[in-house]
Amino acid sequence: MTTEFSQDFFQLFGLSRRFALDSQQLEQSWRAAAAAVHPDRYASSPDAEKRMALMQATHVNEAYQTLKSPLRRGRYLLSLQGVDTQEETNTSMPLDFLMAQMEWRESIEEARDSSDVDALEALSSRLRSDKRALEAELGNALDSTADLDAAAVMVRKLRFLEKLDQEIGDAIETLLG
Amino acid sequence: MALLQIAEPGLSAAPHQHRLAVGIDLGTTNSLVATVRSGATTVLADEFGRSLLPSVVRYQDGGQVTVGYDAQREQNHDPHNTITSVKRFMGRGLSDIKDAGSLPYRFVDAPGMVQLHTVAGVKSPVEVSADILRTLAQRAAATLGGELTGAVITVPAYFDDAQRQATKDAARLAGLTVLRLLNEPTAAAIAYGLDNGAEGTYVVYDLGGGTFDISILKLTRGVFEVLSTSGDSALGGDDFDHRVYCWILEQADLHGLSAQDTRLLLTRAREAKEALTEHSDTRITAILSDGNAVDLTLDQDTFRQITKTLVDKTLLPVRKALRDADISAGDVKGVVMVGGATRMPHIQKAVADFFGQPPLTNLDPDKVVALGAAIQANVLAGNKGEDEWLLLDVIPLSLGIETMGGLTEKIIPRNSTIPVARAQEFTTFKDGQTAMSIHVLQGERELVADCRSLAQFVLRGIPPMVAGAARIRITFQVDADGLLAVSAREMTSGVEASIEVKPSYGLSDDAISQMLSDSLAHVQDDIEARKLREAIVDADSLRDATLAALRIDGDLLTAEETSAIQLVLQQLEQAIASQTTLQVNQATHRLNKATEDFAARRMDRNIQRALKGQKISEL
Ligand SMILES: Nc1ncnc2c1ncn2[C@@H]1O[C@H](COP(=O)(O)OP(=O)(O)OP(=O)(O)O)[C@@H](O)[C@H]1O
Ligand SMILES: [Mg+2]
Repeated sequence: MTTEFSQDFFQLFGLSRRFALDSQQLEQSWRAAAAAVHPDRYASSPDAEKRMALMQATHVNEAYQTLKSPLRRGRYLLSLQGVDTQEETNTSMPLDFLMAQMEWRESIEEARDSSDVDALEALSSRLRSDKRALEAELGNALDSTADLDAAAVMVRKLRFLEKLDQEIGDAIETLLG
Repeated sequence: MALLQIAEPGLSAAPHQHRLAVGIDLGTTNSLVATVRSGATTVLADEFGRSLLPSVVRYQDGGQVTVGYDAQREQNHDPHNTITSVKRFMGRGLSDIKDAGSLPYRFVDAPGMVQLHTVAGVKSPVEVSADILRTLAQRAAATLGGELTGAVITVPAYFDDAQRQATKDAARLAGLTVLRLLNEPTAAAIAYGLDNGAEGTYVVYDLGGGTFDISILKLTRGVFEVLSTSGDSALGGDDFDHRVYCWILEQADLHGLSAQDTRLLLTRAREAKEALTEHSDTRITAILSDGNAVDLTLDQDTFRQITKTLVDKTLLPVRKALRDADISAGDVKGVVMVGGATRMPHIQKAVADFFGQPPLTNLDPDKVVALGAAIQANVLAGNKGEDEWLLLDVIPLSLGIETMGGLTEKIIPRNSTIPVARAQEFTTFKDGQTAMSIHVLQGERELVADCRSLAQFVLRGIPPMVAGAARIRITFQVDADGLLAVSAREMTSGVEASIEVKPSYGLSDDAISQMLSDSLAHVQDDIEARKLREAIVDADSLRDATLAALRIDGDLLTAEETSAIQLVLQQLEQAIASQTTLQVNQATHRLNKATEDFAARRMDRNIQRALKGQKISEL
């Protein structure tokens, strides 16, 4: 079974193709689309419709997850313009960013070694605010200056921050038991 | 409450009579069945007016099976053959059951899932659960006076794929059509939310007999969106019983008890625990099989002390779930308490302290899950109520595969909204390599050994190429039941090495129908007749649905496409007239295939319509 999803994720939700978006509108559109194709709506329908609903609902969710997360949305916008963000292969990063990374790691390790969950949570919220600042920069690079190379670097940076946040989360969970 | 407008989905059949559908809460301690009748949701009681069915099954020598209160009464003197809390063994191996040593069963360490030795032979947890479900299905059919269209069965939100699959197998083995597996806290949220017109962020704290779930939901305009879920599928009231049991052993200096005495003291421990909800102390008395007497008094303070670590243990998943939902305790509008064990005052206090507000205890913690499941079953069976609402649930644990060095690579992260799919590409690492071994895992930990192994399979038939040239695309699809299907395909060669993975612990469809017909061997003719009847019912509803679709959306098809579908429709009519099961099924299958494209176009139109409708309502 093949279905062509000819529209990109922005078109699917009737949004313009740019980084800045109204998250409320995205959420509402997603809910409306998800409601139309959710498998629960087809529980007593023929198999063909059931399979189709599963595929379409999966697609709608994928589109939403992609647009909801600033990192994934940035990466997706770049890929629509033929730019590969090379997150697995390109590890060269500006020196000051790498230094900041090392400091983050040290703070995380310190908090982990002293089993300080509160400190970890404080780190996490600081990191999340750094992430938001970088996301704003990414939006600027994509929507205003159209500097795709700079945007690709920011996506890679965001990926680093996301991994750090993951590490903090793992540390908190390990400490909590 | 303002509800989201949702277009009538595609091929819903012409107006039909009310279909009998039920919701079943298959609990560790107690099970219930509920339904929606003339607009009211009710739990169905047995002939003595009792709505709970203790999840206890007794197997006797001549093959007689007793379920519920009657079985429960015998558990102290026939502990080996009277199975309680079987839910804890679903989809679990012997090594997963930490307290196996202190349980009065004769376990069989079978691959995949543990089994139990009884006088009536070896029973798998799936069979024991099927016996409970069958009892409830019979109760429903008798009360409602007709055959059931289907059932929604609830599972703990934190159940992994193996446990979910086992539950679905049990339902099919009991002869039920499973409309959906529904997460218990989500079911509770439906019942609570619809009843109270709730809007905002709610937490459901569900501590039952054997499982603990925490779910965080956002309720807006008729949509129940699960933001995150966490829990412990082996933590519940049973563990509190066990603490009291250990306390009794210590106080009375008892060692090496028989299975009978163990069961007796576990029962006394549970009674004491429940009594302490109302009273400040309680007396525990028992006469053991060697004639010795136990006579102790347990007070609330001591009980609180010996169970404090269990209470604290429930707060860890709560913190995890809040983190995953990216909210803090202060953002929560209300905490809904579900499960009999949330009656314990020190649980309520711990939850109140954590969230800074008293939890909502104004609903019956025993029944709310079954009621929510019944409401969902009613909708899924096609009995549309006045209100339209939508449920968006998540997968509780990450899915991944084994990579080099015994590490797991996550492919679908936990708390993704379902249905969800992810594809990942892999390549060969040797020249001419034609096979690849794939190990599917579930869990959060880094090491393969710390995650649950769901399936292991070898992908063969990869065309020989130089190392790194083949491109194997593995797709994980999680459906609306939270169940996983994995398929793999070689991309470069056009050779379709695509397979469906049946996880190793699950029962194949063949195995299930074999077990079904074994248990019904003497009514073989009935089975044939029933199969034909079912095939014709399916064919009829497909025909009606297709005709309705042609009427509504026929403009999406060209004239040739329409006549092609009509031809297959005629063939279906002929097949129904022939009254042979095989022909009817084949014709149904052909019509399903022939309408696939049509279905896709209709679905696209649906999305567009839904979005348009939403824009209009915004103005
Ligand atoms: N008054 C009470 N005080 C304390 N505990 C109670 C009380 N009433 C019931 N319980 C406990 O609640 C548990 C059963 O709860 P419930 O029926 O909600 O669980 P279940 O649905 O069978 O289990 P699960 O949801 O974990 O599969 C038992 O451990 C029982 O002892
Ligand atoms: Mg329960």
